[in-house]
Amino acid sequence: MSLDSELRTGGVDAPSVNLPPLLEMKAVTKAFGGIAALKDVDFSIQPGEIHGLVGENGAGKSTMMKIIAGVYAGFDGEMLVDGRPVHFRHAADALAAGIGMVHQELSIVPDLTVAENVFLGSQPVRGGVIDWRGMNALAKQQIASLGLEIDPTTRMGALPVGLQQLVELSRVLFSGARVIILDEPTSALSPPEVERLFTVLRRLRAEGRSIIFISHFLDDVLEISDRVTVFRNGRKVITEQTYALTKDSIISHMIGRGSIDMHMGESATLCGDDTKPIAMQADQIGDGRNLTDVSLTLRKGEITGVYGFMGCGQIELARALFGKIHLKSGKMVLAGKPVRFGSTAAARAAGIAYVPESRRMMLFRTEPVYKNISISILDRISRLFVKPGAERMIADAHVKDLQIKPQTTDTILGNLSGGNQQKVALAKWLTHLPEVLILSEPTRGMDVGAKEDVIRIVKSLRDRGVAILVLSTEPETILTLADRVTVMKKGRVAREFTQGQLEKADLLSAA
Amino acid sequence: MTVSVDGRSKGGVKRFLAEQMRNIAPIFTLLALILFFATQSPVFFSVANALNIMGNASITGIIAVGLTFVILTAEIDLSVAAVANAIGITMAFFTAQPDYVNIAYIALPGGIAIILTLLAAFGLGSITAFGVTKIGIPSFIMTLAMMQIANGISALLVRGQIAYEFPQLITTLGSGTFHGIRWSIIVCILFFLVAHLVLTYTRFGRYVYMVGGNREAAEYSGVNVKLIIASVMVICAMCSGIAGMLGVAYFGSAQQNGFDDFLLTAIAAVVVGGTSLFGGRGGIGNTIIGLLVLGVLNNGLDLINIDSFLKILIRGLILLIALVINVYAQKLKEGAT
Repeated sequence: MSLDSELRTGGVDAPSVNLPPLLEMKAVTKAFGGIAALKDVDFSIQPGEIHGLVGENGAGKSTMMKIIAGVYAGFDGEMLVDGRPVHFRHAADALAAGIGMVHQELSIVPDLTVAENVFLGSQPVRGGVIDWRGMNALAKQQIASLGLEIDPTTRMGALPVGLQQLVELSRVLFSGARVIILDEPTSALSPPEVERLFTVLRRLRAEGRSIIFISHFLDDVLEISDRVTVFRNGRKVITEQTYALTKDSIISHMIGRGSIDMHMGESATLCGDDTKPIAMQADQIGDGRNLTDVSLTLRKGEITGVYGFMGCGQIELARALFGKIHLKSGKMVLAGKPVRFGSTAAARAAGIAYVPESRRMMLFRTEPVYKNISISILDRISRLFVKPGAERMIADAHVKDLQIKPQTTDTILGNLSGGNQQKVALAKWLTHLPEVLILSEPTRGMDVGAKEDVIRIVKSLRDRGVAILVLSTEPETILTLADRVTVMKKGRVAREFTQGQLEKADLLSAA
Repeated sequence: MTVSVDGRSKGGVKRFLAEQMRNIAPIFTLLALILFFATQSPVFFSVANALNIMGNASITGIIAVGLTFVILTAEIDLSVAAVANAIGITMAFFTAQPDYVNIAYIALPGGIAIILTLLAAFGLGSITAFGVTKIGIPSFIMTLAMMQIANGISALLVRGQIAYEFPQLITTLGSGTFHGIRWSIIVCILFFLVAHLVLTYTRFGRYVYMVGGNREAAEYSGVNVKLIIASVMVICAMCSGIAGMLGVAYFGSAQQNGFDDFLLTAIAAVVVGGTSLFGGRGGIGNTIIGLLVLGVLNNGLDLINIDSFLKILIRGLILLIALVINVYAQKLKEGAT
């Protein structure tokens, strides 16, 4: 502990002023199809610095990191390593220049040993065969240099996620990286695992390596970083010494409170009403992995929002309620009766409807619109034989009602725009109103017009008495739709908001 | 043939051709083969030869019907020929055999023998369905195991001997004729008709196509995907079983390895016909064309006096070309939408 605090104080003053930056980005602009993802961004990393990088989804963090890591070759502006201009064509170029990245989705091979993973693609060879003894010894040494003890012959998949991540980190280090980009490294870690990661990072900093720490978890960023850079809407808002920042000040930089950027979905007035009849209850449910002790009450005529960062357990929650994931613990009650779904078909029969976050997951791209709509009500409109006439009539009513374009039911679904596809996904569940409607990311990636249509449809369903659950990683979606909000964090319920004014900042700080 | 209505939507002729390539190519292949053999052999183009081709294809046809259901859901059944043989032998086991063959049997009345045999086919299909859906064994492996199990049943029941007697009804359907047309052709056509009706006009048929088209989407639409897959595995085993019963009567004998060629031919018929190996596209119409292509090819090659060893190679090449078209049509289609 004393070692840690010593290292940290050393870290705060040492990097900033005296030394030339290890990595410098000057006036970087990057556009995708005419839309600027980064606008005129300056950014630099000192040797021996842990640099926190924060911003909302789509603020430009990932674009910046992909440029630095050599994934995006074309951009406007300048990149300097050790004061010399560089131009990376591939990730391999960046690695050769000493820049490595550990992605949120780890790129490990679970069925190989730890040592094989450390040396993936560059196994030491002696006399034409892999030098197992040498490889294991080197891997052990490499991992030990991070202050860890892992048997290098263990199967990678048998390790907990926290250790897998550190093994991947040691692979990046072994390839000689001086700048290491960590993307959301703490999102899947328990508190002791986070502490262990931080100890490793401080050790690396003391060795003079630099770390770019991208995270949504602001407490983690504040604890580990020497400096923090905030991105918003493709621009760099500020780079500041960490001791001069607080969680609240970072959040206000992230969302631009008080600036002209104010727009819809910035805050909401909640009106959760505990007297409304209960449609469905989840009582301390868990799947044994990504979901732990989650309790949730869905009421008729109310929209419950669930907010959390990517990987917080939202997706698993939705899948569990729809019978796709089987529960290991807890129980569910639907309309007063305990239920346990063995399949999605059972959940549907019980009156639960689900629109997953990816349209591909619930639509048939090569089939006409009417078959897409009728698939989930086929057993209600036909017994033995299908009735295409009735299917078309029902689909036609939805197409008109939801203003799906083009207004024909025979169009192949894949020819529709994203927003219209999302409407078809909703229409599947509207012929016979479900008891409970679960919507994952209902407005993601849609244009403004389609977004407003979907919001209108969801609210009108609420007003017709459906209990609706909206899950999203976008605070705006939650604030626009929800009557009450549950915030999830690492598979658990972190906080609940029932009534009163709710600000975007409250959501971000609760997650 | 499943001709969908999207030809009218934007994109015009090119889109339509891309969409329909899997249906058009087999028909052209069939016409070209018929034309070729008709000019090469004087006896090829006759009613008698046509009936001959159909008779030879009828047993394979019944197997291919069941296989069409399975392949439409993007699964596979490698046990069809082995199951057909095992079920044919099982039926013989339930029938009194002549004294000159040294083979174990239980002498049962024909009707009961047939019912028990059908139950046996249902049982084998259920085991496959259980393994694939409940335990989660990939159908490729599960049916490979079932192939071995069915071969084992065959071996145990005949012990290297040959059975000759079958229930009268089956003997008639398998080897008898009706106004000069083999009963097996009529049975096969009935199977085509019923299967086509089921696939095109029933709710179950729609589910089969949707599960094959996008299994995940079917599941998230609340379709009981496992039940559908279990059903097609059972349907396939039943079809194979009935083909086996008629088949042994058609051959006039039941013995080990009686159906050795049928696995490849049945799969080839479905695929050559244009049913997508990735599921969701194709149908009974395609399977019929595929059967005829293979039937005409076999028959024609016999008639034009070609090196019989070369025949095997030619069949392999035709199958390869069909596979290329099958995969290529899928890509064209995905590019089109």
